[in-house]
Amino acid sequence: MRPVLLIDFGSTYTKLTAVDLDAPRVIAHAQTRTTADIDLSAGLSKGLEVLEAQAGSLQYEARLACSSAAGGLNMVASGLVPGLTAKAAKLAAFGAGAKVIKTFSFQLTEEDAQEIARIKPDILLLTGGTDGGNSEVILHNARRVAGIPGTFPVVLAGNRQAQGACANALAGSSHPVFQADNVMPEMNRLVTEPVQRVIRQVFLERIIGAKGLSKTKALLDGIMMPTPSAVLDGLTLLSRGNRAKPGVGDLVAVDLGGATTDIYSIADGFPAGANTVLRGLTEPRVKRTVEGDIGMRFSARGVLEAAGMDAFIRLTGLSEDRITQIIEGFAMNPSALPETPDQEQMDFALAALAIRTALARHAGSLEMVYTPVGPMYQQTGKDLREVKHLIITGGALIYNKRLDEVIDLALACDDPLILTPREASFRCDRGYILSAMGLLSKYDEDTALELLLGAFGKEE
Amino acid sequence: MNGKTIVLGVIGADVHAVGNQILNYAFTDAGFNVVNLGVMVSQEEFIEAAIESAADAIVVSSLYGHGELDCQGLRDKCDEAGLGGILLYVGGNIVVGKQPFEEVEARFKNMGFDRVFGPGTTPEAGIEALKEDLRVI
Repeated sequence: MRPVLLIDFGSTYTKLTAVDLDAPRVIAHAQTRTTADIDLSAGLSKGLEVLEAQAGSLQYEARLACSSAAGGLNMVASGLVPGLTAKAAKLAAFGAGAKVIKTFSFQLTEEDAQEIARIKPDILLLTGGTDGGNSEVILHNARRVAGIPGTFPVVLAGNRQAQGACANALAGSSHPVFQADNVMPEMNRLVTEPVQRVIRQVFLERIIGAKGLSKTKALLDGIMMPTPSAVLDGLTLLSRGNRAKPGVGDLVAVDLGGATTDIYSIADGFPAGANTVLRGLTEPRVKRTVEGDIGMRFSARGVLEAAGMDAFIRLTGLSEDRITQIIEGFAMNPSALPETPDQEQMDFALAALAIRTALARHAGSLEMVYTPVGPMYQQTGKDLREVKHLIITGGALIYNKRLDEVIDLALACDDPLILTPREASFRCDRGYILSAMGLLSKYDEDTALELLLGAFGKEE
Repeated sequence: MNGKTIVLGVIGADVHAVGNQILNYAFTDAGFNVVNLGVMVSQEEFIEAAIESAADAIVVSSLYGHGELDCQGLRDKCDEAGLGGILLYVGGNIVVGKQPFEEVEARFKNMGFDRVFGPGTTPEAGIEALKEDLRVI
């Protein structure tokens, strides 16, 4: 037996998975309360005891961890044009597993600087200009950031010709500077991998110590990454496969939480028809978005705002007053479980409408344009209509008893111009396999893929 | 490379792609850094591309007769976006039907375009004009 321990320090729970690389199989899984307020190692030790009680004493040949404890990785992104480098910066930060607290465009003002000082991000990502393009704005912003108090690191990923001057502008400041390739070196071409590598590196070297994770370092062998980043790695491997085994192809994953909803897609999503033209930024094949106003509890109001009262009335049959009342109750008391039949009905509607909204925002859209040669379509973002695999992860959904109906409703989109998956079959990530296998993929890719295919490769 | 960046594209709901490719090739060959946006380009896309790439000129093509409608307000929006003084060219079959070119040219210059090119203009004419206006030696 060759046991490996995979740890996910969540904001509420620390999840441990023991895997035997020889079999290969998951030996045991344990979950304990995260102890971010003292030191994460306390929760970890407790979890190890639980694991040991299930599986006996194990001599782990490796211990790997990801973390979203202590708020995860909080970032602020800054770019030039909102739909171009600012969007590119935001997508890159999401893809690196960050929570993007705010995205700024154009010149940062004094007020913006004060807001960033209040936000106290873990990392600030500064972009702007294609290579050889605009250098004025990013340089202005670098000078502005240099004056912001704090020691948060700044990652530079803008116009190549302006990088040096920006680094100089920040050199005397309290902020360490890291440089990466431009996120948009040419118009509409997004290059996220280099900047994501730098963000992960900064997270590993500088953020972990500040988040109470340093003491646990002695218990670990490495690979600390933000949890969403581990989930993305797991999904990417499942989709692509490797030389030994093919993957399942294009897929979409949903992580519905109480306050936020993450959507992941691994698909090119290029236009399906010859009369469709792709517009704007070409999005990455591996894409993650986070909806900060969509969730089951704390962000329940956001779902009502986005989906509309009519949709809730249709799905629940409840009165407007009753719906508002229950949503307020959920928002005020995030740990509440549904007790009455009305609340259960609302839980069901919230889940379906939250997923539908988050999917619609993540996926691309079409716009019809009449031209002299007939109607043409302009596509912005990714066309995910033909994606057949949907993966459900995150606590709010995997224990839902009416999950089949929730998914059916969430995918039932009657707007032909919104490019969300239409007929996907779904699988549930009940054992938090995705983040664990994302971690394991850095250590033993073949085994990670085999276990992923075992968990998600077949129809449920 | 002559160090000058131009944003190129076919404006509006116009899908004429061949001329766009020819211009892209010719301008690039002449030493310009061409940011080609292709067909069906909106005014906003021209402007955003010009901002990010710090372009020296925007070269608009229109082949389907609706150019006059599509081009209206482009100069104003450029001014608004901080691209004051950027060189604006337009060319192609930019109006409906056959109209005296002098009148068409006057209308488009009135709209804020620096140069207006009629049907049958060679890429070389555009290159010469760009070199002159951008002082490329």
